[in-house]
Amino acid sequence: MAEGTKPHAPAIIPGLETFPRLLRHHARVRADRPAIREKEYGIWQTYTWGECYAQVRALACGLAEAGFRRGDRLAIVGDNRPRLYLAVAAAQCLGGIPVLLYQDAIAEEMAYVLQDAEVKMAVVEDQEQVDKLLEILDRLPSLERIFYDDPRGMRHYTQPLLQGLDELLEAGRIHDRNQPDFVDEEIEKGESDDVSVMLYTSGTTGKPKGVCQTHRAFLFAGMGGVQFDHLTDREEVLSYLPMAWVGDHLFSYAQAYAAGFTINCPESSETVMTDLREIGPTYYFAPPRVFENLRTQVWIRMEDAGRLKQAMFRHFMKVAERCGIQILEGRPVPLLQRLHYALGEILVYGPLRNVLGLSRLRVAYTAGAAIGPDLFRFYRSIGINLKQLYGQTETCAYVCLQPDGEVKLDSVGKPAPGVEVKIADNGEIRVRGPMLLKAYYKRPQDTAEAFDEEGYFMTGDAGFFDEDGHLKIIDRAKDVGRLKDGSIFAPNYIENKLKFFPLIKEAVAFGHDRPYVTAFINIDLEAVGNWAERRGLAYSGYTDLAQQPAVYDLIQQCVEEVNEDLSHDPQMSGSQIRRFLILHKELDADDEELTRTRKVRRRFIAEKYAVLVEALYAGKDSQYIETAVKYEDGRAGKIAAEVRIRDAKVFPPSPRAQG
Amino acid sequence: MARVIGDVILDLQNISLSFGGVKALTNISFDVREGEIRAIIGPNGAGKSSMLNVINGVYHPQQGRIVFRGQERRRMNPHEAAAQGIARTFQNIALFKGMTVLDNIMTGRNLMMRRNFLWNALYWGPSRREEIAHRKRVEEIIDFLEIQNIRKTPVGRLPYGLQKRVELARALAAEPSLLLLDEPMAGMNVEEKQDMCRFILDVNEQLGTTIVLIEHDMGVVMDISDRVVVLDYGRKIGDGPPDEVRNDPVVIEAYLGAGH
Repeated sequence: MAEGTKPHAPAIIPGLETFPRLLRHHARVRADRPAIREKEYGIWQTYTWGECYAQVRALACGLAEAGFRRGDRLAIVGDNRPRLYLAVAAAQCLGGIPVLLYQDAIAEEMAYVLQDAEVKMAVVEDQEQVDKLLEILDRLPSLERIFYDDPRGMRHYTQPLLQGLDELLEAGRIHDRNQPDFVDEEIEKGESDDVSVMLYTSGTTGKPKGVCQTHRAFLFAGMGGVQFDHLTDREEVLSYLPMAWVGDHLFSYAQAYAAGFTINCPESSETVMTDLREIGPTYYFAPPRVFENLRTQVWIRMEDAGRLKQAMFRHFMKVAERCGIQILEGRPVPLLQRLHYALGEILVYGPLRNVLGLSRLRVAYTAGAAIGPDLFRFYRSIGINLKQLYGQTETCAYVCLQPDGEVKLDSVGKPAPGVEVKIADNGEIRVRGPMLLKAYYKRPQDTAEAFDEEGYFMTGDAGFFDEDGHLKIIDRAKDVGRLKDGSIFAPNYIENKLKFFPLIKEAVAFGHDRPYVTAFINIDLEAVGNWAERRGLAYSGYTDLAQQPAVYDLIQQCVEEVNEDLSHDPQMSGSQIRRFLILHKELDADDEELTRTRKVRRRFIAEKYAVLVEALYAGKDSQYIETAVKYEDGRAGKIAAEVRIRDAKVFPPSPRAQG
Repeated sequence: MARVIGDVILDLQNISLSFGGVKALTNISFDVREGEIRAIIGPNGAGKSSMLNVINGVYHPQQGRIVFRGQERRRMNPHEAAAQGIARTFQNIALFKGMTVLDNIMTGRNLMMRRNFLWNALYWGPSRREEIAHRKRVEEIIDFLEIQNIRKTPVGRLPYGLQKRVELARALAAEPSLLLLDEPMAGMNVEEKQDMCRFILDVNEQLGTTIVLIEHDMGVVMDISDRVVVLDYGRKIGDGPPDEVRNDPVVIEAYLGAGH
């Protein structure tokens, strides 16, 4: 069942085996090309490759002067800011290891990672992050210095370990002037098998682990992606996903360095949509939920539009559904349909892409979770080349990619150039190639257990290859359970089907060792709220809206649609959802119910809401529950509610209707 | 904290204000020091807003002296007060609802625009340079108050809490040395209040602006102000640091009611 190595494994250019060397190369050959842009004071400010390199040198010198040595760990925390990206390169210049942290993590979670990584210094964005680090400082004996990018609000901090990045840069510049060979010598010492970055796993299972990736691994993944999609140094990407996420490190760092293209940092997390429009990226990466939000917004706005516009939109969306994807993929389409679509292009698709900020887009990727077939079709049918990829932190997010013209809705594509993929006997996907992790930091046991005897990395995902050699993913291998009657129960599969409805934000399915499947549901406050508003339904907040009978009716329809869909799948027809409830609170990463990448932590939720699970299986109509919550500022509170429980209709197994 | 509280910049002496037979303010004296946050509290109808309007030049007290920056003030109108560096926000938001956030804040720069409308009618030239300079300052304020995402949104479409923030931004655009805030947190939820508190403290600390504010939320007042004046039925019944005022039996009786 193994897939062979593809002939065109990406080649790393001799002399440019590390990221700092690549940066120096770009500063020579495309010194005046934009490397990073950032919107500040309402204007896009540009850093060229030449300027970036100069700043990285100064930063590296400053860090070295502060006592940062080869092999030391530098924590980097904050939104996507140019100087934080430059700090990554600066640490690499010195042979140090940047450790990227999620900026919205609470102090407690940061403490774990900072301790685990034995971080010596930290470069953080602003006062907010500084405050978090100071809060846990007594538990971080290894942390010697904290540098902050934005001096706002920092005037009154007197702690000696704090310093502004401006001052650090200034000191570094002087150092660089006095010892101009220092940085070059340090860069020359770096080797491709050195660890280039440490990224932490999201911790869906247990505590996060530090994944040590080498220059070789990330450059291999970066070069591979660049060659696969023919990316050039003219690409524009928007860097708005957390820097600590492997996807951002691949797209905004490794690939940007591999191809020499431009990354753009949004003004703030709230302006991403506007910034997206202004930049008009040519290459774009987003998890499915971003694409989903975009489409939900389109729909909400269309419902507020005039009748003519609505009719036009509906009509041409039907046309796009009929032939849009075929036209995108260059397959034969009757002339009349082609003309019809061309008219739609002028009236609807073109303007729509423009509103979304995707007019100049050549390639878009999504990964991190399954994407709804509807959603996927929607984007492809309006002429956006949206594709899927598959990978993990441990594989530099580089395992499978969908080739142009071979995009299927339910697969993640073929093994990427240079990557070997095989399916183990238990259905687990296993991969081998240069992009694999060097080790989990300080966890030799875990590292050893992650590989099988042939050196394949065990992804923990269950899947199979279809007849065209495309990989299909079902679920996490260990999440796949069985119902009491022995039939297969793939919770993720069911949850994803539920989440494909714009009204449902999160879902958690239960059923392992149980007689039937039940589910918790989180409604999407924006979408359901809008629906309620239009119907004149009054509500005071999430908890109130979630428990309204009309909302239950609405969600019941969704659940029953999923059941109907499942009933056509011979393996899954036993997994229809018999009973469900709408949770009284939104699942939140701050309450540890979701990981930072917004994956549900099913076991944790099952324990936390054990009363509700029991009530689902005990046949009750409602259940009272009190839940402790953590607010963003760290305070604790309580939400109490009487949660209703509903039965849903199940359908007898039947073959799927054709078409 | 390295905040410096300076000398008295505003001194109100024996102020009395009446409308016909209604005595709004009776013989009130207090001062405001440079760099401090001074709160005025009191039950509804105590005369708090009237007090602000006196400082601001909207009302002219029948009796009393107002000394601002060492100069006794003659009868003046709000326009002159603004020119002297006094800016304010209003209890009921007074923004141009149909204009964008950016344009609203730009109006705060109005007093500093030097070119007349004939110059402004020309696209190029000194007017344009002036506009750019003002826009830069406004962008800094937008950044300061973290409202980049609503820069181009018409104010009427914004939620209440954000409108309040925009009003603060407009007041800041005038680069005031004395900022009057009339119930900056009225009608806000806890989170919005926290944000607003942070911004008020930031303005005070980083821009060095002296702030006089009226607020109903006692928690907020006690947390952020340096000194508090308590009014009741147009009379001053308390004045001092928050802890002192909080424990003053007269204040407790009047403001919080018996039993607290």
